[in-house]
Amino acid sequence: MEYKISNRLKIASIILVLVGGLLWGWGYMSSHAVTKDNVSEYMNDGHHDEGHGDASHGDEHGGASAYVVEASEGDEHAEEGHEMTHEEHVLHQIHNRPYAALYVAAFFFFMIALGVLAFYAIQYASQAGWSPVLFRVMEGITAYVLPGGILVLLVAAFGGSHLFIWMDPEVVAHDEIIQAKEGWLNKGWFFARGIIFLAGWSAYRYFSRKFSIAQDTVEGNSNFKKNFRISAAFLVFYIYTESMMSWDWIMSVDPHWFSTLFGWYVFASMFVSGITVIALITIYLKSKGLLEFVNDSHLHDLAKFMFGISIFWTYLWFSQFMLIWYSNIPEEVVYFVARIEDYKLPFFGMVAMNFVFPLLLLMNSDYKRIPWFVVMAGIVILCGHYLDIFNMIMPATVSDRWFIGAPELGAICFFAGIFLFVVFTALSKAPLLAKGNPFLKESENFHY
Amino acid sequence: MEAASKVIHAIYNDDDILMSAVKKVKAEKHHIEEIYTPFPVHGLDKAMGLAPTRIAITAFMYGCVGLTVAIVMMNFIMIKDWPQDIGGKPSFSYLENMPAFVPIMFELTVFFAAHLMVITFYLRSRMWPFKKAENPDPRTTDDHFLMEIAIHNNEADLTSLLKETGAVEINIIDKDEDAH
Repeated sequence: MEYKISNRLKIASIILVLVGGLLWGWGYMSSHAVTKDNVSEYMNDGHHDEGHGDASHGDEHGGASAYVVEASEGDEHAEEGHEMTHEEHVLHQIHNRPYAALYVAAFFFFMIALGVLAFYAIQYASQAGWSPVLFRVMEGITAYVLPGGILVLLVAAFGGSHLFIWMDPEVVAHDEIIQAKEGWLNKGWFFARGIIFLAGWSAYRYFSRKFSIAQDTVEGNSNFKKNFRISAAFLVFYIYTESMMSWDWIMSVDPHWFSTLFGWYVFASMFVSGITVIALITIYLKSKGLLEFVNDSHLHDLAKFMFGISIFWTYLWFSQFMLIWYSNIPEEVVYFVARIEDYKLPFFGMVAMNFVFPLLLLMNSDYKRIPWFVVMAGIVILCGHYLDIFNMIMPATVSDRWFIGAPELGAICFFAGIFLFVVFTALSKAPLLAKGNPFLKESENFHY
Repeated sequence: MEAASKVIHAIYNDDDILMSAVKKVKAEKHHIEEIYTPFPVHGLDKAMGLAPTRIAITAFMYGCVGLTVAIVMMNFIMIKDWPQDIGGKPSFSYLENMPAFVPIMFELTVFFAAHLMVITFYLRSRMWPFKKAENPDPRTTDDHFLMEIAIHNNEADLTSLLKETGAVEINIIDKDEDAH
């Protein structure tokens, strides 16, 4: 029942970090090898062979200015007084790509941990009888909330205006819409908010872990009761801060666009990925014989959550998409126009991966008890939700110059390595059974 | 199968005793015709060795039918038959206008799955208005449990076995008509 992080896993995560760092670094170098001087060459080299890039690009002034008109319709930050040539625009997108790749991966792994934290708090607040045998797995995953959140903020600080155009004073000076939002969208307040959110989340995580460990050895249920209370309070805090976090960290990459159910949409994405990771890690530890108290009914319940929340995610995705598509108001619909034109495969592919696949795979209740089936569905769900974050960030930063290549894969490996290392180190710090929990007996005998 | 003319009714007043009685009777390889209970007894179907229900599978298929009906209907009405321009919605192909149809596709899927499944349930369990109730003892709808076993020249054996399992009352009933 005691888990010790194996050397193989340690080495694997270090290799992941190194390989990921190298890949990303190579992606960074090659994108920054393109400069003002050689960007036109680069574009003519056929690196980018999409029709309009070559068609409207030309040495004659006429061709270039025609594009500027077109570009200023789509990307409003090129407004009067701040005209950007096509080359300059492309150059920005090429340079943004490694930052955006890093940010997407950083956020993806962070949101898994935060989703698990919310799930964990719900288990406490609802006094669930089935899940206490999984609490230590959840606590292990939530160990990543603090380091992961700090990494996201660091990447945001490091990326700066490469990710958030409102961080570029030059852009803001010419953009009245962003100026009107400056009360919320300014650097100091953005990072202050980020720190407040993180402090709240990790404080809950710290205390709930502390009480959970203390409950193992202490007589009586006082620690459990404390955990119940702080979990309920945390859920209130969480639902506000998660919503604001989604405006800050994700929606503000498109500062001209807003959507009211965005916070819920991001929440559904993080919740389902979190539950999927709980299931995957549980299956992994059980396959090593470390969780003999976990039976296939627990797996069944996790798979039911994966199934249900996948559909909940789809419901929110569709509600957001359909309302905007239906009314077709120009200032809102650009968001989806950009995605459907340039991101057709990732945009609709993710709906298939996050909805159709889990819907058909996890509908049968016998399949929900078969570990390899859940693993398969889980991998598809995780890839789908990576794409979901990719679709939120990339169109605003690199536009049609996206590709899942070295910087993206490198960033995924890099953060996956850190994630695995942090999570499995935390798992090895406490026994895998929270044996003081008053619902433990019920949970061990849980049978569905 | 030869219809038994006599059945034995063993009445219990506790579901735990009933469960252990079922296990004992099954172990002795007697065929249990029927069990009447006032409420669902968790695990009784497993103990009796009843086959799992397939009603969820039928519901899935009914849902597919509902989805197909919705798609075919709206494709015909909105795209094929009279593709009007209604508020600028693209009625050139089904796919282009699909988001507008999704609420109906969803609702019809649920409608077909739910209602046809319920009707299937009624048909398979033979339930309809004015149906004559098949209740051997009115107390089984309140607080008693009744196990019915057919007698094949083993009346004494069965009676003593059922007595042992904790039955509070054992009756031998002549079945004058074929109930099934």
